[in-house]
Amino acid sequence: MKSVTKPQAPGWKSIPMGGVITEPGNSEKYETGDWRTMRPVWSAKKCINCLLCWVSCPDAAIVAKDGKIVSFDYKHCKGCGICARECPPKVKAITMVNETEFEEQEG
Amino acid sequence: MGKRVALTGNEATALAMRQINPDVVAAYPITPQTDIVQYFSQFVADGQVKTEFVTVESEHSAMSATVGAAAAGARAMTATSSQGLALMWEVVYIAASLRLPIVMPVVNRALSAPINIHCDHSDTMGARDSGWIQLYSENAQEAYDNLIQAVRIAEHQDVRLPVMVCQDGFITSHGLDSIEILEDAEVQRFIGELKPSYPLLDPEHPVTIGALDLQNWYLEHKRQQAEAMKNALRVIPEVAAEYAKLTGREYGYFEKYRLDDAEIGLVALNSSAGTIKAEIDELRNSGVKVGLLKPRVFRPLPAKELREALLHLKVIGVLDRADSFSAFGGPLFTEIRSALYGAQIPVLDFIYGLGGRDFTMTDAGNIVEKLAKVARDGKVEEPITYYGVRE
Amino acid sequence: MPTLKEISGRPEILAPGHRMCAGCGAPVVVRQIMKALREDEHVVVGNATGCLEVSTTIYPFTSWRCSWIHNAFENAAATLSGVEAAYRSLKRQGKVKAEFKFIAFGGDGGTYDIGLQSLSGAMERGHKMVYVCYDNGAYMNTGIQRSSATPLGADTTTSPVGKVIPGKTRPRKDLTEIMAAHNIPYVAQVAPSHWNDLVTKVRKALDADGPAFINALAPCPRGWRYDSADTIEMCRLAVETCFWPLYEVVDGKVKVTVKPREKKPVRAFLEAQGRFKHLFEPQNERIIDEIQAIVDAKWANLLARSEQA
Repeated sequence: MKSVTKPQAPGWKSIPMGGVITEPGNSEKYETGDWRTMRPVWSAKKCINCLLCWVSCPDAAIVAKDGKIVSFDYKHCKGCGICARECPPKVKAITMVNETEFEEQEG
Repeated sequence: MGKRVALTGNEATALAMRQINPDVVAAYPITPQTDIVQYFSQFVADGQVKTEFVTVESEHSAMSATVGAAAAGARAMTATSSQGLALMWEVVYIAASLRLPIVMPVVNRALSAPINIHCDHSDTMGARDSGWIQLYSENAQEAYDNLIQAVRIAEHQDVRLPVMVCQDGFITSHGLDSIEILEDAEVQRFIGELKPSYPLLDPEHPVTIGALDLQNWYLEHKRQQAEAMKNALRVIPEVAAEYAKLTGREYGYFEKYRLDDAEIGLVALNSSAGTIKAEIDELRNSGVKVGLLKPRVFRPLPAKELREALLHLKVIGVLDRADSFSAFGGPLFTEIRSALYGAQIPVLDFIYGLGGRDFTMTDAGNIVEKLAKVARDGKVEEPITYYGVRE
Repeated sequence: MPTLKEISGRPEILAPGHRMCAGCGAPVVVRQIMKALREDEHVVVGNATGCLEVSTTIYPFTSWRCSWIHNAFENAAATLSGVEAAYRSLKRQGKVKAEFKFIAFGGDGGTYDIGLQSLSGAMERGHKMVYVCYDNGAYMNTGIQRSSATPLGADTTTSPVGKVIPGKTRPRKDLTEIMAAHNIPYVAQVAPSHWNDLVTKVRKALDADGPAFINALAPCPRGWRYDSADTIEMCRLAVETCFWPLYEVVDGKVKVTVKPREKKPVRAFLEAQGRFKHLFEPQNERIIDEIQAIVDAKWANLLARSEQA
């Protein structure tokens, strides 16, 4: 989570002119997950797949497949907490947990 | 070979635009460019062009829409004058930096304030560092020829820079001139098809144009731009040579008029050059060895060639139809002096004709007389003067 | 009416890895808007200078999986009008075959203020494009300066609360109505708390025979001063208090699309945000009454016009 993909830095002769970017959506390589102080922890068991978290995520960091939540993209999740707040109160499938707890766990 | 017709500078420009037949024109009327927009509107209304004509609400939007159209992959043009160019300012730089091959006729007019609708070069001279190629035209013929060549120059793969084609407001734009024009098909064959570099409208290759360019990259992109300007120095004569084959009309970086054996040299842009040529003929008859250099390509500046063309002179008078308010002379003067760096030739600047003040053969003669005195005495009392101003 | 299951299968045009703040409302708006596109539709996005533009395209990275152009601050509409004109020209000539839609994004600074002329011109000229204003009620990119979209009483860095002036002294400009007055085929106000309403409206905008304007509420945790988790909640409060009514104007006919079950007092929206904190001091309470009066008048007006239609 600490590493940010650093681009090679080519010279002026080998980059497209005018600052055009020819690789659509390549910001995926840029990881914003290390901004996070709180991590959304998702329980597949509790989740009812209403997708309200998915539609409210600013970072497209909740991965849905065939109408079901399959995972959270921690490389990009900034930990804003919108998903946990939007998860219906009766479901509460997402809990925000301080990142320090994971640091301790993950050593 | 083409046929001969009587047209004003604006008519010749609008005609060239019709023959270029751009995909998109976005323009806004302003004196003295207005005719161009009106004539072109009529071509659109009569179905003579395939152009989408965008009648924008300002020049800022004119240049913005032209940038959008060019980025989309279209051959795009606009036209303006004076305050219109000033209002476009921000986007003029962006057009060049995004490397969009836009072609824009500019009918030179003084900048406000006080408001004035007549000719001087303060508008385009202000844009001289915007990254646009600038071609200057003495008369309607040159305005026509330069505009057609500009398409090829702008769109050349090694250049991809926008081009301004300048002509004098009212003097050229509204003066009737006899010019030779090409057939529509000849123009189309000469300019060819545009092959856009990174078109937005390519569904297979989406592109991001106009990203935030920070400290790590901006310098590299500016360096590319500088290289494109250098490349333009190579491409402009190549295009001119092809054009000469088609028309018999030769264009260089500049025109030399009785300059090679001259002792006194004048340097002047656009319509005044015609006046000066007539006066030179008179003076030559009475034995005064005077000649003229009329720059056509001001950006990029062909500094080496300018130097070579001027180095043999005893004295040089630069005529600036704009001041840069630098207290160090007008824009043409500073460039010419810079090109002549180290040469021991007195160079004088005559700032003249601002706001359309008339410039006659007598005026040209008066300036030559002052230069002749400097050549004789070897003394320059005041290198920068405001010619014709009432004290 | 689309279902979330359906739209979750559509392409994600705005890739992650952008650098908008955590909890920012703008990328939520953008994601939802792009979900209104059909699979077979290509799109060119025009973006005014602002948070969205700088944070999604930091060279050499872009979050856009579609073609995208940024020109300057005030000219997103004019720029995209040029792209759209090029499309019509090249399509007619057979040089472009694919179907394209055109969507412009500008913040409230780039739309209500500096870009208003460019927008007005493009709408009047009839370019087939959807202009989306993501309205966060201030110049957030440069550090929360007031715009003409900033609500009455809000504390910003250029309408700060001081000893004699209690925040912004003027009510906000009603841009949605100004755009409706252009008599374009489609105008609507949306909020990402009501994704279904939003996606439905954007689809109508994309299908309109001419220009469309969408004003989207995009809360800013930094500028509004609330917890980043509450972005969607802020939208809900804005809708439920009728501070931000959800309605559309189709060929001149007004329709309120979401009527709150119970219209909450505007205090509920204001008290959730730090930028209005000073309004709850006794000497400033009259400003809350003023805001309530503005909200009530607008809501009554909308309901009356909606019922007539």
